[in-house]
Amino acid sequence: MKYYDKLIFDLSKAGRQGYSLPTRSWDATLESLPAGLRRTEKPELPEVSELDVVRHYTNLSQMNFGVDSGFYPLGSCTMKYNPKINEEIAAMPAFAGLHPLQPAATVQGALRVYRELAKALSAITGMAEFTLDPFAGAHGELTGLMIIRQYHISRGDLKRTRIIVPDSAHGTNPASAAVCGLEIVQVKSNANGLVDVEDLKPLLDDTIAGIMMTNPNTLGLFEKDIKEIAALVHQCGGLLYYDGANMNPLIGMVRPGDMGFDVLHLNLHKSFSTPHGGGGPGAGPVGVAEHLVPYLPVPKVVEDEDGLLSVVDKDGNACGRISGFMGNFGVLLRAYTYILMLGKQNVKNVGPLAVLGANYIKESLKGCFKLPIESVCKHEFVFDGLLDQSTGVTTLDIAKRLLDYGFHAPTIYFPLLFHQAIMIEPTETESKETLDGFIEIMEHIAAEAISDPESLKTAPHTTPVRRLDETTAARQPILSYKDLV
Amino acid sequence: MAFAYFPHTEDDIRQMLDRIGAGTLEDLYSDVPADVIYRKEYDLPDAMSEHEVRQYFEELAEQNTSLFCLCGLGAYDHYSPAVIPHIISRSEYLTAYTPYQPEVSQGTLRYIFEYQSMITGLTGMDCTNASMYDGATAAAEAMMMAMASTKKKTRVLLSEGLLPQVVEVVKTYAKFNGVQLGFIPCQDGVTSYGAMLAEVAAGDVAGVLVPGINKYGIIEDLTGYADAVHAQKGLLMVYSDPSSLAVIKTPGEWGADIVCGDSQSLGIPLSYGGPYVGFLACTKDHLRKLPGRIVGATRDVDGKRAYVLTLQAREQHIRREKATSNICSNQSLMALYVAVYMSLMGPEGLRKVNELSYGGAHYLHDRLLETGLFEEAFDKPFLKEFTLRSKVPAAQLQDALMLIGVFGAVEVEEGLVNFCVTEKVSKENIDAVVEYLTNCSLVISSERSESRNL
Repeated sequence: MKYYDKLIFDLSKAGRQGYSLPTRSWDATLESLPAGLRRTEKPELPEVSELDVVRHYTNLSQMNFGVDSGFYPLGSCTMKYNPKINEEIAAMPAFAGLHPLQPAATVQGALRVYRELAKALSAITGMAEFTLDPFAGAHGELTGLMIIRQYHISRGDLKRTRIIVPDSAHGTNPASAAVCGLEIVQVKSNANGLVDVEDLKPLLDDTIAGIMMTNPNTLGLFEKDIKEIAALVHQCGGLLYYDGANMNPLIGMVRPGDMGFDVLHLNLHKSFSTPHGGGGPGAGPVGVAEHLVPYLPVPKVVEDEDGLLSVVDKDGNACGRISGFMGNFGVLLRAYTYILMLGKQNVKNVGPLAVLGANYIKESLKGCFKLPIESVCKHEFVFDGLLDQSTGVTTLDIAKRLLDYGFHAPTIYFPLLFHQAIMIEPTETESKETLDGFIEIMEHIAAEAISDPESLKTAPHTTPVRRLDETTAARQPILSYKDLV
Repeated sequence: MAFAYFPHTEDDIRQMLDRIGAGTLEDLYSDVPADVIYRKEYDLPDAMSEHEVRQYFEELAEQNTSLFCLCGLGAYDHYSPAVIPHIISRSEYLTAYTPYQPEVSQGTLRYIFEYQSMITGLTGMDCTNASMYDGATAAAEAMMMAMASTKKKTRVLLSEGLLPQVVEVVKTYAKFNGVQLGFIPCQDGVTSYGAMLAEVAAGDVAGVLVPGINKYGIIEDLTGYADAVHAQKGLLMVYSDPSSLAVIKTPGEWGADIVCGDSQSLGIPLSYGGPYVGFLACTKDHLRKLPGRIVGATRDVDGKRAYVLTLQAREQHIRREKATSNICSNQSLMALYVAVYMSLMGPEGLRKVNELSYGGAHYLHDRLLETGLFEEAFDKPFLKEFTLRSKVPAAQLQDALMLIGVFGAVEVEEGLVNFCVTEKVSKENIDAVVEYLTNCSLVISSERSESRNL
């Protein structure tokens, strides 16, 4: 990676153009708009040539690390390979050119994709029905919680306004619950890193709307007591929400619907191979058990007896509308492509191979790094820093040093249960050779921490920029080019 | 087990299991209760090869009808420069995660900073975030921002001139978030200023959300809005089409506190509704209440200019339930899409896009009136989309247009239909549509049209 210091604005020169537009002229011109409705000054946008733009964004890209660049063991993010056929299908003009308000008769192919993907996700998760409208995981969580609330409201059970969230949960869980108007009740983890059933029991009463669970949880551990938890929560009249961020290890082996979950979201950009795009667009479809189907949001796609598909825009039972149109349709196309490539034959191996990789790294490195909970893990696991922390080398230092060796860093300082958390998730698309290379470098870093701790504390050394002054960035925010010059 | 996306040989698996001390892959699930292991065959199609996948989607594609687009209403068929797909397909952008490790994410961070600069430039606001999911959810976030910024206020007012899908999404968020909504009716095709004044006078209004261009395509005159709302310590929020802001008065100039909208109009293909990209911008007074990711400039230990996610104390991964929003991601790649678009277009290109759309839309408007099938609905200024009163039932009109492969005349309200023209539409295109409508024997009544039998 090489450092390149320009912003597109630095390349701007008045009079340059990067566009190509028709030269036709019309009788009516913007001057006929009332002056009071017109903008007085030109917008501050760059004026650059087409090649300026191409070179600039190519140079910028070379300061970025992606899955295609190298191993990306980022826990809870499932950075698996993003197949190229997905991109080809999503770019097909017959899909990319459709206006979202076109009548159903003219978009049967697109609606078929929506419908068939929903069915495939039902098959994989054991849920009765799906909405594919949510744009992202957090958006799926919010939608799922709206469905839960709508269910209770429709039964006249209005006092259920509290939701149980484990202390190990992703930050989006409590945040989504708060946006949905729910009060958060925290349940503790036990010494084994699992939800403490004894701590849970006294929390269950008739004000509980439900519980949000991640299974396997953010430590990568399977919640063994899930069926008991499901029975307890259901007995008290609550519902079970499944945070599908960690669905990957279960694909092909375990269906959340069979564990007693009533609602779940999936992250198509994690478990179903669509690219993360530097932080989006993703998709967060929400699946529900039979009794919650009426509360799915609109618009929804329905199929009549003749196989004709249509879009339902109004439905008094629905929790409401949560997206302008029908979600990130282009992302849905990619995920459906992936599922068709997998088919019923390969789907069975996704989870097991992901779990294999994680356990392989864990067992290989637990001699150098502190493994706080000794157990078989699922797709990811958490170390609590180096085994020998006497030199003061922190998890941050380890993460930064990995960048020098051409690996992306794992997720660090999450979950909050440990002070030096390093969360590693390899995914099923990485080879044994790649994992061996990573293990070797991690061992090397552990040795460096003893022999040359300074090289870690000042890492990274080889990246386009080195450690940043984040404090000044937050204290004196510079958020646009205007602030900079 | 061999499959293109699984690199494991049987021997690899054996060696890895040995290291772990497990006999089989299933042993790795020994912590899962046996009765929840799924042992049946999954109800999925057989695995396809790439070629079969292509064929399958080509067959599905034939069940879609590509139509010439004369429809707006929140999704606009603007020209998209050839450069953009090439840039955004670069795997360094496409396959990266959120830029949590800034040392190896300067590409993503830099383009977000540029995107933020361009959005603030277009809207005339001080700051913006790294993007939102879409316009409708950005409007919902704006509503929650207004509530968070103005303590003790209980209501948010929405103009009925907002696009219906935006209103519906805001209503859904409001219902669960516990925000009371009030509605400002439209009069003569624009948000009623008088009705707004009367509602705001109650003193309980946290914010007022009005469209810059409303669902009828009319450019709203927001004179007096900011003063009236601010006088009652509420916030003025404007839902804007960013493309239009190259030429029409900006929310910043109107005195808005928060601006939201969908940047699809900045060259993003129609894509059956997504992925698009929402934006949310505000004055610096409200920066700490802005949800989502924000990129700021800083320096590294060697003094090099660098960029980083900043002000993260607002966000869910730090603040959990006390965060400004539950949003975790942005629509990053689509923010890159519109940043590249705005770089290519520049101020002049974006002005020309509006000039061409404006000229074409006014030509279509006038020619449609000449057909005798329509009446003027509102005599108000519009940019690229407009509303006419149809003397023919809207469904009939829409069907008739579809027979010549044109999508337009979508009903906004009973009897009122929408048309939209972008720079992609030529005079010849418009003349052909008008000539067809003139000659296709549409009957001005509610009777079934002959055109259905053409």
